[in-house]
Amino acid sequence: MSLFTSRRSALPGFNLSLGYTVFYLSLIVLVPLSAVFLKTAGMTWESFTQAVASPRVIASYKITFGASFLAALINMVFGLLLAWVLVRYPFPGRKVIDALVDLPFALPTAVAGIALTAIYSKNGWIGQFLEPLGIHVAFTELGVLMALTFIGLPFVVRTLQPVIEELQPEIEEASASLGANRWQTITRVILPELYPALLTGFALSFARALGEYGSVVFISGNMPMRTEIVPLLIITKLEQYDYRGATAIAAVMLVASFLLLLVINLLQKWSRRYHRV
Amino acid sequence: MSIIATGITKTFGRYKALNDVDLVVPSGKLVALLGPSGSGKTTLLRIIAGLEHADEGSGKIEFHGQDVSRVPAGERGVGFVFQHYALFRHMTVADNIAFGLRVRPRTQRPSETKIADRVGELLKLVQLDGLDRRFPSQLSGGQRQRVALARALAVEPKVLLLDEPFGALDAKVRKDLRRWLRQFHDEIQLTTIFVTHDQEEALEIADDVVIMNQAKVEQVGTPQEVYDRPTTPFVYQFLGNVNVLRDVAAWSTTGPIHDNGRLAADGLLYVRPHDIAVSRHEPGTLGVPAVFRHVHTAGSQTSLTLELLHTRETVEAEISRTELAELNIKLNDLVLLRLRPSHTFQHDYAI
Amino acid sequence: MASAISNLQRHRSLPSEAVAQATQDPAWVRWLLTSVALLFVAFFLVLPLASVFAEAFRRGIAAYFAAFKDADALSAIRLTLLTAVISVPANLVFGVAAAWTIAKFDFPGKSLLLTLIDLPFAVSPVISGLIYVLVFGAQGWFGQYLEAQDPALPWLQHWLIARDFKIIFAVPGMVLATTFVTFPFVAREIIPLMQSQGTDEEHAAITLGANGWQTFWYVTLPNIKWGLFYGVILCNARAMGEFGAVSVVSGHIRGETNTIPLHVEILYNEYNFVGAFAVASLLAVLAIITLVLKSFIEWKYQQGRAEA
Repeated sequence: MSLFTSRRSALPGFNLSLGYTVFYLSLIVLVPLSAVFLKTAGMTWESFTQAVASPRVIASYKITFGASFLAALINMVFGLLLAWVLVRYPFPGRKVIDALVDLPFALPTAVAGIALTAIYSKNGWIGQFLEPLGIHVAFTELGVLMALTFIGLPFVVRTLQPVIEELQPEIEEASASLGANRWQTITRVILPELYPALLTGFALSFARALGEYGSVVFISGNMPMRTEIVPLLIITKLEQYDYRGATAIAAVMLVASFLLLLVINLLQKWSRRYHRV
Repeated sequence: MSIIATGITKTFGRYKALNDVDLVVPSGKLVALLGPSGSGKTTLLRIIAGLEHADEGSGKIEFHGQDVSRVPAGERGVGFVFQHYALFRHMTVADNIAFGLRVRPRTQRPSETKIADRVGELLKLVQLDGLDRRFPSQLSGGQRQRVALARALAVEPKVLLLDEPFGALDAKVRKDLRRWLRQFHDEIQLTTIFVTHDQEEALEIADDVVIMNQAKVEQVGTPQEVYDRPTTPFVYQFLGNVNVLRDVAAWSTTGPIHDNGRLAADGLLYVRPHDIAVSRHEPGTLGVPAVFRHVHTAGSQTSLTLELLHTRETVEAEISRTELAELNIKLNDLVLLRLRPSHTFQHDYAI
Repeated sequence: MASAISNLQRHRSLPSEAVAQATQDPAWVRWLLTSVALLFVAFFLVLPLASVFAEAFRRGIAAYFAAFKDADALSAIRLTLLTAVISVPANLVFGVAAAWTIAKFDFPGKSLLLTLIDLPFAVSPVISGLIYVLVFGAQGWFGQYLEAQDPALPWLQHWLIARDFKIIFAVPGMVLATTFVTFPFVAREIIPLMQSQGTDEEHAAITLGANGWQTFWYVTLPNIKWGLFYGVILCNARAMGEFGAVSVVSGHIRGETNTIPLHVEILYNEYNFVGAFAVASLLAVLAIITLVLKSFIEWKYQQGRAEA
């Protein structure tokens, strides 16, 4: 049996739909993506390491991975809180807040970027209170963190919500009837059920932040060695016609993203482990 | 129209769902495919319908002597009723029933008035008049079942196939609906196969019962035949309660053991509880001694639990209340057990 | 031992109260958590959204509308609509084909296919643009083809050169990049939906004599229409709002290769803040409409499920 023949099915259209799916997938995604690796493979090892490990590039990895990690951590904490409140505590306007959680998905990143910059700049709604305290957000590392937190929030909330909804009240009652107090019930019964989803949300939020560009460029100030994120560095190299340098860095980022995708897939398998029959 | 399946094998990956299965369904009969889950009965039904295909090069399906193995499901002229009905959720009852007529090529499609008449007729036939504008979600399980039946009949199939038709219904509705199906079949005389795992259901309404187990057909016969003369230990165990007895020599002195297929190929004796006679333990009387341990009454029958004196095996015996009263025994009394002579071919026998 | 017994006794004496204590959070905890969550939402979500409109109207309504009188702004709106009108239907057709294949058939390599479909989500927007530069740019395969002395399909090369057909730093590249970043949206919404619906209804239609198209059109499509709509809404929002990917492949030529987000950037970098926020407010309104429609579909879908 070859890859492209299914067992004969009563439903028609298999060859057509599979053929089209694979063709379109190759045309739009696979072939263009492979260009990155083919171009990189054409480089010598020396020029590759020079391109991906120069001090400026290393600095951009640091700020990108560091800020993404911190943003994902913040989102894990507040995402859990928000998901818990949205599922468990009825309050007026809950539906509106629930819908708003998806705003970072729906709001174009460039708009988010200029809006965050406006809020946190010297005269902005929040900036005007923070500046006198010596806290600078716009055009600093803190600004990068703010932008990445904004765009990553829905991932944690939306991964956790269905899991919290499916928690059966019986297990909490069982825990209580066995003598556990509320704190013990939460830490020993509820949280362990949420760990896989929490980690998945963290990983999704982290992965999204790694590649983020639009919301960051406006607020970060783009200072090389300090607030220059990797995607911006790629664009800078492109503008200087350094295609090889840009491609090499892109290859590194793609490998990181694909590894994360693998981790996310494994996490999702893990989170379903109790649900198998 | 008769259905013949020969040498059907079907594998899903490594799992063998059907292993060289033969089946003959005479025209106009109501046949039950009976077996535990995983026995392959639904797969066989779906292969007959053309919804699945047997493994390449394994056997064929014939309708009325014609090989239909390569005919697509839509052209086989089968009406298929799905276990969970598979009604089209977004269509009304009337639109569901009319679907098969409306998707015909323009030249063969009846006019809308004719379709409406046909839908009305079918609704009357399945006793759902007046529900034509309802949506499936507004119907009870039994009603959905009958809509599914009407929809399958609308295209005037030559064969009706039902997959666990009563499986998703509650006990009371299930009983009513299966009697109704039997009457219904007698009226329309359409060759019908239904799949079930409920032996009571199969024995009550089918003309013939095909018992399947582990991808094979175990036995085929009328309900009486398969119940009274099981040919394999599996059929014995599957159809009703049975005592499995090891000491064949001791029992052979008390009654006929070669009748009824009681002695199976595996050297064990299979005896139904009502085929065991109980008498008081009196010296000189023939029988296997046992201790009376427990009694359970259901309706006019009583079920006795007895422990054999020598082998300590537990045996169930069913006798009538009158018999029990006549016996006049108490718990832990010693009694004698015998095999009753066969009543295989008694025509007045009823389950 | 003694404490275990006293524990037992304590719970025996107060079972219902103990259960309530362990299954419900005290009122002050609820208040505290809800307040913290709402504050977070206010600071992180509501403020940015509100600030877009506040900044846009900072100099009054006239200044706001002046931003749209600009021919460049209008052309950016036109180009944004054009990219969405091409890429959304393309991904819609793909999504349906992919879902039909994956949900209705079994074949080896299915889970690999599912992973590959999700791939664009894992790729940075900037890299999404870059890959098309690599393929279609002057240095890329397409550029090499145009330069080639002895190309395959010479008439095509001739035709392309004669028209000065450009993909990168031109509209086709922007459409391609947009299609890439929105690639999985429709597929990923309807694949799980179609999988959960199984194949019984389609099989029923087939046994009743329907052909493939009739089965799809009358049975499958009505069952997935809300999921499809949902996917299209999300796909459209991303297509119209995409910034990083189109930024890489756009020539940044005013009035020609600027979409709304790119136009916002140009105005912002020129310190025309009111103009930038005014044009951005269009996208913010689009986001709000998207969220409202999304909630509506979710509500509608839940209703459908409650009925069934």
